[in-house]
Amino acid sequence: MTRRSGLAAALFLIPTVLVFGLFSWWPIVRSVVLGFQRTNLVEAAAFTGLDNFRTLLADPLLVTAAGNTLLFTGLALIIGFPVPIVLAVLMSELRRGSGLMRVLVYLPVVVPPVVAVLMWKWFYDPDSGLFNQLLGLVGLGPYPWLQSTGMAMPSLVLEATWAGAGGAVLIYLAALSSVPTELYEAAELDGASVWRRLWHVTLPQLRPILLIMLLLQVINTFQVFTEPFVLTDGGPEDSTVTVLLLIYRYAFVNGDYGAAAALSVSLAVVLAVLSAVYLRLTRTWGTK
Amino acid sequence: MRGVISDTERRGMRRRLSTIQVLLIVALLLEGAGPIYWLFKGAISSTQESLRDPLALWPAEARWSNLTEAWTTLEVGHYLTNTVVLVAGSWFTQLFVAATGAYALSILRPSYGKYVYGAVLATLFLPATVSMVSLYLTVLDLGIANTPLSVWLPAGAHAFNVLLVKQFFDGIPRELFEAARLDGAGAWRIFTSVVLPMSRPILAVVSLLAVMNAWKDFLWPMIAITDTESQPLAVALPRLADTSDQALLIAGMLIAIIPPVAVFLVFQRQIIRGIAFTGLKG
Repeated sequence: MTRRSGLAAALFLIPTVLVFGLFSWWPIVRSVVLGFQRTNLVEAAAFTGLDNFRTLLADPLLVTAAGNTLLFTGLALIIGFPVPIVLAVLMSELRRGSGLMRVLVYLPVVVPPVVAVLMWKWFYDPDSGLFNQLLGLVGLGPYPWLQSTGMAMPSLVLEATWAGAGGAVLIYLAALSSVPTELYEAAELDGASVWRRLWHVTLPQLRPILLIMLLLQVINTFQVFTEPFVLTDGGPEDSTVTVLLLIYRYAFVNGDYGAAAALSVSLAVVLAVLSAVYLRLTRTWGTK
Repeated sequence: MRGVISDTERRGMRRRLSTIQVLLIVALLLEGAGPIYWLFKGAISSTQESLRDPLALWPAEARWSNLTEAWTTLEVGHYLTNTVVLVAGSWFTQLFVAATGAYALSILRPSYGKYVYGAVLATLFLPATVSMVSLYLTVLDLGIANTPLSVWLPAGAHAFNVLLVKQFFDGIPRELFEAARLDGAGAWRIFTSVVLPMSRPILAVVSLLAVMNAWKDFLWPMIAITDTESQPLAVALPRLADTSDQALLIAGMLIAIIPPVAVFLVFQRQIIRGIAFTGLKG
């Protein structure tokens, strides 16, 4: 390589290095440093060892938030994970109007999350909301969708599932179309019914992508913020305070950036482990 | 092309299949288009009517003026302009960083390139929300908080874009660059007149994903832009929700979804293929 092209390469890399350096690499390093500092933007930052982590552990909301986040993740797995798989299988078998079905299934994903959440807040309204009105027609309800500690979290998960399922459906559809048809033919010759073919051929063939989507969903739901922030603001009685909502409150309500960073770093460690597993899976999946 | 069900079986269960087919399309219509229709209906009904007769399929008296009133009284037009400015800038930085970075990493290939690429890919491990607090402090230090730059510049640090574009560049035959070099073209000329024109498909995919994602952004713009007058519509809406007339708020929400839904309907083929092709969202 000539010296001139060496200079050109360096020049072309400037935007990447600057943007990633300032807004990605440095904030990551800084989060770790901040976690061990006291920072309130007024006094100079000072190292305080594990103080921030002690603050966190002394906060009763931490356990609540961790529990709520796990509950959201768990409910999202139970409700939200199977839905796109079933939809994708149905859509790939019933092909008439497949273009229309794809557009319809992806429409909710296009709606900006804030609008989706506000719209559902309107639907969830205990009196004039669409859901209670419709259920009232058949003599059910009215239900306190967002007003009771027991129903609030499932209601958030329902909204999140509606908003997110479309992307997963499209990915599963792509995966389904690459299942070798000989496998189905062979299974059929062996006398396997449609259901057994789904169970013994389709699902095993989808296994790698299912695993990846599972991990991605866990990573995403661990960071749930917009739903609890806009729908319930963590209520009622802290039943929907999630880890990210707690980070937000530490930093931008209380101005305790150190504790917020300490909690961010703790969450980051959990997510990094999950992401490492995820990248490992995509790699083995890609080479297969 | 067969699926789980073979063609012969299809013939035998045609009636049952078409029943399920109709049910599926109706269900998807209700689930996908239903809420958007309901939002539209709510936007042109008066608040009183929505409360009095919530299940009406069409308002007794369609009030199209809700839309113009939301545009001016709730300043939806103003916030929408803010959104457009933020989205346009974020799109440009994402494209600029991904194209220049991928060009250097894939075609110019300096010896230290693999370290830079490794460091870029490493950020895929850590979701941006996790370093949000220190990113905010960084933006404060740089003095760009409350300016569009606080949204535009961090948007560029999107490893997935660099990955996508670099993979595309890797597939361009090297002979083309040799030929251009023999004709006396420098690195910049090769970039602008050979590489970029050939990369339209991938740049289009990155652009669509960038615009759709930037339009959905909420948490970061809310943190970075605290000055209410400069906030995008997504950040302004929850604040307006507490104080506004319901019908006007719903009109505002409808206005907020029209642009992304329109972009999606126009480019549905590319977007749907892009998602299936890139596999997962960034």
